[in-house]
Amino acid sequence: MCATCGCDSGGSTAIHHLGEHEHTHGAHSHSHSHSHDHGHSHASSKTIVDVEQDVLHQNNLLAQRNRGYFDAKNILALNLVSSPGSGKTSLLERTLKDLKGELEFAVIEGDQQTTNDADRIHATGTKVTQINTGKGCHLDSHMVLHALQGMKPKDNSVLFIENVGNLVCPAMFDLGEKERVVIISVTEGDDKPLKYPDMFHSSTLCIVNKIDLLPYVPFDMEKVKANAKKVNPALEILEVSCTSGEGLQTWYNWLKSRVAVSELI
Amino acid sequence: MHELSIVMSIIDIAKQQADRACATIIDEIELDIGTLSGIEMDSFEFAWKQAVRGSVLEGAVRKINTIEAKARCLDCDAVFSIHHYFDPCPVCGEHLLDILSGKELKVKSLVVS
Ligand SMILES: Nc1nc2c(ncn2[C@@H]2O[C@H](COP(=O)(O)OP(=O)(O)O)[C@@H](O)[C@H]2O)c(=O)[nH]1
Ligand SMILES: [Mg+2]
Ligand SMILES: [Zn+2]
Ligand SMILES: [Zn+2]
Ligand SMILES: [Zn+2]
Ligand SMILES: [Zn+2]
Repeated sequence: MCATCGCDSGGSTAIHHLGEHEHTHGAHSHSHSHSHDHGHSHASSKTIVDVEQDVLHQNNLLAQRNRGYFDAKNILALNLVSSPGSGKTSLLERTLKDLKGELEFAVIEGDQQTTNDADRIHATGTKVTQINTGKGCHLDSHMVLHALQGMKPKDNSVLFIENVGNLVCPAMFDLGEKERVVIISVTEGDDKPLKYPDMFHSSTLCIVNKIDLLPYVPFDMEKVKANAKKVNPALEILEVSCTSGEGLQTWYNWLKSRVAVSELI
Repeated sequence: MHELSIVMSIIDIAKQQADRACATIIDEIELDIGTLSGIEMDSFEFAWKQAVRGSVLEGAVRKINTIEAKARCLDCDAVFSIHHYFDPCPVCGEHLLDILSGKELKVKSLVVS
């Protein structure tokens, strides 16, 4: 039984704090026991129960709890989402190296099977926790809550949460992040925002990666921007290459502006 | 396929509520699903069939209220139905919309005995 949320262990989600112990943790429901002190008879007739409960209620509650934790410690938590291979881990590797000494970082890596990405982050000298979701195609707030328990990110740090590569369902699961950052690369179609509108609608920043490949692929930058703005007129869009480094400074400025803002609060 | 975890959550909620009402059988379940909720109905059907087997909802009649998505244009105030986030305002053509409905995903009621 886990003390924080009352869940039972034993299931398919595995959490690895790199360089430390590991423990498996359950895919399970959170049951709330109740006492029958309201004095009634168990009638056999049919009763209508007004439920009116959001299906994502449990996830949203734990997300709020994570958010409270981040606020209390003044941690800037960012949820990074993309299709597989768009460059989430590459962007983190570059960022962690380039801003080392300027900002304090911690990383949660979500992946179905391997710890490859966490190993890449670990190599930069940053504190990292891997969540393996098994068959699960997204992170949820409960997994993040447990990852946080072991890692204890520092006050005033930036916490990157790399979600499972998937532009569909991670859109529905609030992790308690401050902002959601969606990454696409120029080797993907410029209609991505229209195909995955939920993700672009719920993100505040869109990073278009691999612009070093623009000469070789049929990718219309203006079109992707127009499509993204149709879905979410408030979306900020940055163009970068993790390989050449082009545009990364604007991303670093964005990041620092967010840290400065959260320091004021 | 997140529809499976959604159905699992629905089963959890139904079970909790049935316990609370001291009921052993769930005869009916009523769901509100908005057209912008992110649920793909074919996947949902598939996940439902798999997941309710052996659960409290196995024999339950399921009723789904499809909630139409509506938006207000922040430029001209027109209120209209949309099918996608990227639909423009039919009056002025702008995309700055306030989503009024369509994101619902909830268990509305149960009939238990
Ligand atoms: N040409 C080019 N390749 C890149 C760039 N960023 C990442 N890649 C490559 O794209 C592949 C997937 O990157 P990765 O960071 O693992 O993507 P993730 O699945 O989103 O984490 C790797 O082979 C990277 O080397 C870039 O800016 N330009
Ligand atoms: Mg990765
Ligand atoms: Zn737990
Ligand atoms: Zn739990
Ligand atoms: Zn998923
Ligand atoms: Zn209008």
